[in-house]
Amino acid sequence: MTTPGFGRLTRPLPLVAGLMWLVVAVYPIYYMVISSFRTPAEFLSGSPWLPTGDLTMENYRSVIEGGIGLFFLNSLFVTVSSVALITLVSLLAAYAISRVASRTVLFVFNVFLLGLAIPYQAAIIPIYVIINRTGLYDTLFGMIPPQVAFGIPITVLILVNFIRDIPNDLYDSMVMDGAGHFRLLRSLVVPLSRPALVAVVMYNSLQVWNNFLFPLILTQSQNVRTVPLALREFQGQYGINVPGIMAAVILSALPIIFLYIVARRQLLGGLTAGFGK
Amino acid sequence: MRWIVAALLLAPAAAFFAAFALVPMIMAGVLSLYDWDGVSPAEYAGLGNWTEAFTDPVTARALLLTVQVMGLSWLIQTPISLLLGVYLAGRQRHRAVLGVLYFLPLLFSAVAVGLIWSSAILAPSGALNTALSSVGLSGLGRTWLGDTSLAVYAVIAVIAWQFIPFHTLLYQAGARQVPQVLYEAARIDGAGTLQQFFRITLPQLKYTIITSTVLILTGSLTYFDVVFVMTGGGPGYATRILPLHMYLSAFKETDFGYGSAIAVILATVGLTLSIVLLRVTGFSRMRSQQEGF
Repeated sequence: MTTPGFGRLTRPLPLVAGLMWLVVAVYPIYYMVISSFRTPAEFLSGSPWLPTGDLTMENYRSVIEGGIGLFFLNSLFVTVSSVALITLVSLLAAYAISRVASRTVLFVFNVFLLGLAIPYQAAIIPIYVIINRTGLYDTLFGMIPPQVAFGIPITVLILVNFIRDIPNDLYDSMVMDGAGHFRLLRSLVVPLSRPALVAVVMYNSLQVWNNFLFPLILTQSQNVRTVPLALREFQGQYGINVPGIMAAVILSALPIIFLYIVARRQLLGGLTAGFGK
Repeated sequence: MRWIVAALLLAPAAAFFAAFALVPMIMAGVLSLYDWDGVSPAEYAGLGNWTEAFTDPVTARALLLTVQVMGLSWLIQTPISLLLGVYLAGRQRHRAVLGVLYFLPLLFSAVAVGLIWSSAILAPSGALNTALSSVGLSGLGRTWLGDTSLAVYAVIAVIAWQFIPFHTLLYQAGARQVPQVLYEAARIDGAGTLQQFFRITLPQLKYTIITSTVLILTGSLTYFDVVFVMTGGGPGYATRILPLHMYLSAFKETDFGYGSAIAVILATVGLTLSIVLLRVTGFSRMRSQQEGF
């Protein structure tokens, strides 16, 4: 079997180039993993290629005892709340946009799309001011509204593209049976747009879980720290204890690594949601 | 659907977006006319922050640096992702295995990527220098992130490492959609691998190239976390790109008015870039051509 444009296994050049890239892509991760099992002294003297020397779980133990569990719970709360809100409000909006051909609705849609063109970083100073005024500064709740606001544009776009493809006949026959908007949404729109919903949930979960800037500007106390912010603090706290930092990095990525193992297709599909193919 | 129903359905999303995205964007414009340290009352400053923004060499440098990062990121990420994506589009077992491994960098947050590279790989006693000396090339060792002239290239390389898997994914999906009959026809006509690549694969990937390009160029305005974690904008101002310049001006140098002026510049650059790219590439036409995914 041949492949688009590039050679077969019998042609060595693509394979050699492919293996070279493998080293570039994977070596930093491999090195991080072996470092996370070393003592600080072993990290400085050990081989950069093989996991030599006495390996230890000490780094993982100290990161876990340092309270990373709380940061996981914080991240989980912010992620689940934000993603639930993004999905719900975007689904309602996308349903309206797909079903109503009015100028005003189209205008609102275009305003959402404007949000795709402007980097959210440009809004952080006023967001900091607003969250401060509302008394949500330094709380887990304060991080949710801005994440929701900036998750809406891409989510609405993807859902609109999908819901628009649902044939009108299906709506008509359900309306004939006396279905209201709630039943249309529940029994028609949601089941038929499942792939799109899975993709936007994956995409937004990764965005919120990994977000660093909002926690950075909207919190200061340790008890509301999320995982990415905690990682950055570990860097300051552990200083030259690189193995400790590497153990923290690996622990921080465990939920996503787990997703990659059990649902790789959906995870990768979610990453390129709206851009792929 | 009656208009009242449509309005009710749109209201929650519109309210969130207005309050925490639209209003802040406008507020940034207003704040840029004030001198404010975030604590004491703000003082009207007229165009003071703007005069400063257009004369301040640090801001000019941040803008230039951002353009440099944008250009080099495109030059590095596009050919590598394209070749890798086309390579992975093949369905052979060994390519599938390579694909699983190639996409591993995608599993780490920007902060994690920054930490892996800055404390384990590029640190003075990190993997790169150790590996170089272990093969007898210690002369090539550097303080990669501490060197004013090298730091920006190190940052660009790490950003490439972080984002190439994502664009590879786009190209893989694009290449798999190229109709196989085109290749069969080409083979019958006696076209070789290279010819097939340049005459079929590349033209067929036109829309993917456009999508990926738009994402790299507009994305360059948002690289914050990686740079913040790796260098904090330094050494000196060597890696102080626009979003970082804005953050540091506002939150570290507590000059919220000036930070807001830079935020407005950032938003304007983003918006202009999007509009220009839309016009030049017909990105929106393409969007409607490939509804759904």
